[in-house]
Amino acid sequence: MTILVAERVSRNFGGIRAIDDLSFALKEGEIVALIGPNGAGKTTLVNLLTGVLRPSSGHIRFEGQDVTAQRPFEAARRGLARTFQIVQPFPKMTVLENVAAAALFGGKQESVAAAMAMAREQLEFTGLTQFSERSAAALTLAGRKRLELAKSMAMNPKVLMLDEVNAGLNGSEIDGALRLIRQIADRGVTILVIEHLMKVVLSLAQRVLVLHHGQLIAEGSANEIVRNPRVIEAYLGEKFARRFTAEAAHG
Amino acid sequence: MSRRTQYLLFALWVILLASTPLWASNYVVRLAVTIAMFTALTLSWNFIGGFTGYPSFSTAAFFGLGCYAGALSERAGVPMLLAWGIATLVVGAFAAALGAIILRLKGHYFAIGSIGVVEVVRLVISSWGSLTGGGDGLNLPLLAGGPNVVARIFLAVMLAIMIVTFLITVVVDRSRLGFGLRCIQQNEDAANMAGVNVTLYKVIAFTLSALFCGTIGAAYASWTGYIDPSDSFSILMSIKVPVMCLLGGPGTILGPVIGTAAFTLLEEVFWANFLDYNRAILGVVIVILIFFLPGGLLGLSYRDAMARIGGMFGRTKAAA
Repeated sequence: MTILVAERVSRNFGGIRAIDDLSFALKEGEIVALIGPNGAGKTTLVNLLTGVLRPSSGHIRFEGQDVTAQRPFEAARRGLARTFQIVQPFPKMTVLENVAAAALFGGKQESVAAAMAMAREQLEFTGLTQFSERSAAALTLAGRKRLELAKSMAMNPKVLMLDEVNAGLNGSEIDGALRLIRQIADRGVTILVIEHLMKVVLSLAQRVLVLHHGQLIAEGSANEIVRNPRVIEAYLGEKFARRFTAEAAHG
Repeated sequence: MSRRTQYLLFALWVILLASTPLWASNYVVRLAVTIAMFTALTLSWNFIGGFTGYPSFSTAAFFGLGCYAGALSERAGVPMLLAWGIATLVVGAFAAALGAIILRLKGHYFAIGSIGVVEVVRLVISSWGSLTGGGDGLNLPLLAGGPNVVARIFLAVMLAIMIVTFLITVVVDRSRLGFGLRCIQQNEDAANMAGVNVTLYKVIAFTLSALFCGTIGAAYASWTGYIDPSDSFSILMSIKVPVMCLLGGPGTILGPVIGTAAFTLLEEVFWANFLDYNRAILGVVIVILIFFLPGGLLGLSYRDAMARIGGMFGRTKAAA
């Protein structure tokens, strides 16, 4: 069953078409990767899906409902959660309060006390319990990325969009993050991962969408995608793509 | 400082102010009325400037509008208390409508916009002579009894408003609203993403910051018996109130109370000792305080300060 659908969505910034007539659908419970070169429009697409930006044309549907004109806080309350490429904590609050804020408002908890309880649960889940009373600004980058995950999980999301949660992490930190993402998926949350790291894409995604100049140029399994000449061209340029295909043909 | 200590200190402060007629001169009683009035204004400002982090300079606009709404109602024959209620509602509605527009601005732009509001309202009031008396101002019926009795009545009134604003601060501080406002103060985009209806919350905070300025304005008008545009819409009030809050500790419960007390007492000291240069000296003091106490008096860690002083002595001893 499809849960989130984009129908012919476009978004212009002045004369630039950041997203150009793009359509896709996410099925409930799947992990989909969204890849593309820098400036392809990945973050813009997430911003469109979560109400930060409004499409210039086209529609977005969530659970059958038209949510094209939603505002970010409405998206959060509906269960469309996201993490930020550039982490966005409440710097002067403790780690616990950061997650409690998400639980209270996005997760629609009844009271501050209930939100705190929910937050403790998510800190446990993401392995941040020992830092719960520290200020969010004092966390390491890996810790802050985890905090982003904990915050979005506290919102009881149905769809979770992870905008480069692994960027800037080292190998073992990435492995930890991957384990977490799999566990979240096991809970039935639909996940859209935006990634540069092919290791992450190959090991997680059941399906890959490739974005280039705001258009979807390819869609398929990870293994199909890495052999697709259009994808190689988008990443490495036309000349290299020709050579690469020629070499592949010669074995 | 724990919350309970803050409540206790506030209660003691109220008792001290309320008891001034029993032991002090009329001058001190009038000073107590001024302190109660400014404390209520500062506690109000704390909702938008402290909790939410929006530097509003609209206090004088709300106060002045409250003066005129109350005065005009009273002159139309409305009983005094009811006139104050009307002023409160008028100013609250004005702030809610204005907030929906002006709160789209952020930072410096919001600050400048909020100053502009004071000027615009003042100009409208002073130009609309047929209704407001223009630059001639308005007279109000004076209360019976001598100035001493009247001062005591208004001490009770201002203290009551101050207590109400304090109680609302306590409730907001512990509630979902206060939590949301703190999120907005720290990172508005992240608050929006976390599910906080930022526009609604900001408008509520702005309205709360205005509501009792209206009551106070109307009560002040009844107290003095005469209002005019330049007195009612004083830009100095718009600046003093935020400074008091910043001095005490923005976003805290007791900070606005401490800040107002400290500022008013400093002002008295400089007024009494340096008649010509008191404003200049006060200005320098404000700059110094804000530079060295970014979190206000309440944000100061007394333990750190003591440790530092202790460390200084320790070092001299070691050197010797």
